[in-house]
Amino acid sequence: MNGLAPGTLLWRRQLTNALALAASCLAAVIGLALLAWILWTLVSKGLAGLDWTLFTRDTPPPMAEGGLRNALYGSAVMCGLAILVGAPLGVAAGTWLAEYGGQRRIAIVVRFVNDILLSAPSIVLGLFVYTLLVMHGGGRFSAYAGALALAFIVLPVVLRTTDERLRLVPAQMREAALSLGVPQWKVVVQVLYRSASAGIVTGILLALARISGETAPLLFTAFGNLYWNSDLARPMASVPVVMYQFAGSPYANWQALAWAGALVLAAFVLLTSLVARALLPRRGLIHD
Amino acid sequence: MNAIPASAALQAAPAAPPRPGRDRRDARADRWFRRVLAATVAVVLLALASAALSMLWGGREALQSQGLGFFLSADWNPVENRYGALAPIAGTLATAFVAMALAVPLSFGIAVFLTEVAPRWVRGPVGSAIELLAAIPSIIYGMWGLFVLVPVMTAHVTPWLNAHLGTLPGVGLLFRGPPLGIGVLTAGLVLAIMVVPFITAVMREVFLTVPARLKESAHALGATRWEVCRDVVLPYTRSAVIGGIFLGLGRALGETMAVAFVVGNSVRLTPSLLEPGTTIAALIANDFGEATQTYRSALLLLGFVLFAVTFVVLALARLMLARLARREGA
Repeated sequence: MNGLAPGTLLWRRQLTNALALAASCLAAVIGLALLAWILWTLVSKGLAGLDWTLFTRDTPPPMAEGGLRNALYGSAVMCGLAILVGAPLGVAAGTWLAEYGGQRRIAIVVRFVNDILLSAPSIVLGLFVYTLLVMHGGGRFSAYAGALALAFIVLPVVLRTTDERLRLVPAQMREAALSLGVPQWKVVVQVLYRSASAGIVTGILLALARISGETAPLLFTAFGNLYWNSDLARPMASVPVVMYQFAGSPYANWQALAWAGALVLAAFVLLTSLVARALLPRRGLIHD
Repeated sequence: MNAIPASAALQAAPAAPPRPGRDRRDARADRWFRRVLAATVAVVLLALASAALSMLWGGREALQSQGLGFFLSADWNPVENRYGALAPIAGTLATAFVAMALAVPLSFGIAVFLTEVAPRWVRGPVGSAIELLAAIPSIIYGMWGLFVLVPVMTAHVTPWLNAHLGTLPGVGLLFRGPPLGIGVLTAGLVLAIMVVPFITAVMREVFLTVPARLKESAHALGATRWEVCRDVVLPYTRSAVIGGIFLGLGRALGETMAVAFVVGNSVRLTPSLLEPGTTIAALIANDFGEATQTYRSALLLLGFVLFAVTFVVLALARLMLARLARREGA
């Protein structure tokens, strides 16, 4: 016990250790406090504007009553379209990587490119679709363009989970099916997809959670619309873009609607990610 | 990998006589299946390449009229068609740097807490809670920053910084400014909160790959828990930790909506972190809708710059992460 007297080496090491561990606990507390603070802000500011008119009326002019019906519809349509376009492409490309690409150089390059696409700034994808569709289409914003921009976000997420999940399917399954004379495409579609389905669905849900909150790629593609519109070739409202317009405005009713939208959006996104996570079988955490 | 010998066997199959029609059909179907899948892969590669090239193409007009001055001049004046993008480029780097300076220690602390300090039953829930931070859409961070964080900055943080750090020689320049609340520092703060879950996730994952026998050996030699973290865990995972930090940096550089709310959107070069500034992404989000002609072209060129920078950062991140993964596999 003599070593624990102040000033000795052991004492100094123990002190450093205690300080470092305390700092790490403090970091965790700060992280949790920030999460609680943000969620509390959402609930306390958003709950006031949450009622049925939110879902039954369109976005109002300043200082008037209204809801977010057109924006919710627009978000649902564009996210749905984006999943319809992006998910099959992602699943197909992921299948090629896992089943045909393996460890070949081209497959490694594609995985690398896909990982970069996965965390590329979303506003860049918006600009890309703008130059691709809107600029060449004579400057017309449309829901199609918005959906395409979102599909470019869906694609890498689904591709990656499909690739990962298919590679986890035991090789014996493939060998058993092939040895029965089943053609390879049938092995993939009827055996491997079934075995990896939970993982693939998880990827699609995660992609959905991600795109439903995306604002930047929609600004110059779907643009926005204060009125009801179901024509996909014309500008369409979406919840995040309306939130962006309304939250920065000086009108109290617009700000209230933005917060109500934020609460609905956050609830949807968090719920979707929780469901996605629950679907995924638990992986072992400890190596060695 | 297992598919390769199998498909070779299938190709050999047509030589066997009994059911030539069916075998040929199967082989043809397999070929088409494979071609369609390969075509979708080409789409992915094409998407990235054309995304980069289309912005460069859209920005050629600005590049021709401004030349290299585009990157070196801070004179951004759309009315007179002068575009010097130094202010948004510097703003992007400054906000990202502030964000990383705050987020890296915080993430490291949380990752150590989740892998070394906390009792086992705490780790799952706390880890999930931190991951929830990543699921919150960026626009909500922006609104939270504008309506909740900005008043706090105005009332408490900015005056304190002005009084204490602003008086220092040299670095004081960074912390002198009006108590507006919006500015580079606030944007960096919000960004820091947004990238913490990403960096934490990577650090936590790689800390768990450190073989238990290495840590146990160090403990057996009398090392404290902190010494094990510093001298065993960190050196073992160094490249992946740096990769995780770069991954967060890539996010921070390209984040748009959260920054657009709190950065102040002023295209003026200022040394102070407390004054309004702008970033590439925020400038594009704010101005692209109304921009025409050369202005639009200049913003597309900025988009290309952002893309190129994040590409390099993210590529470095992936390479660093792959290094640890390779050693793990060996």
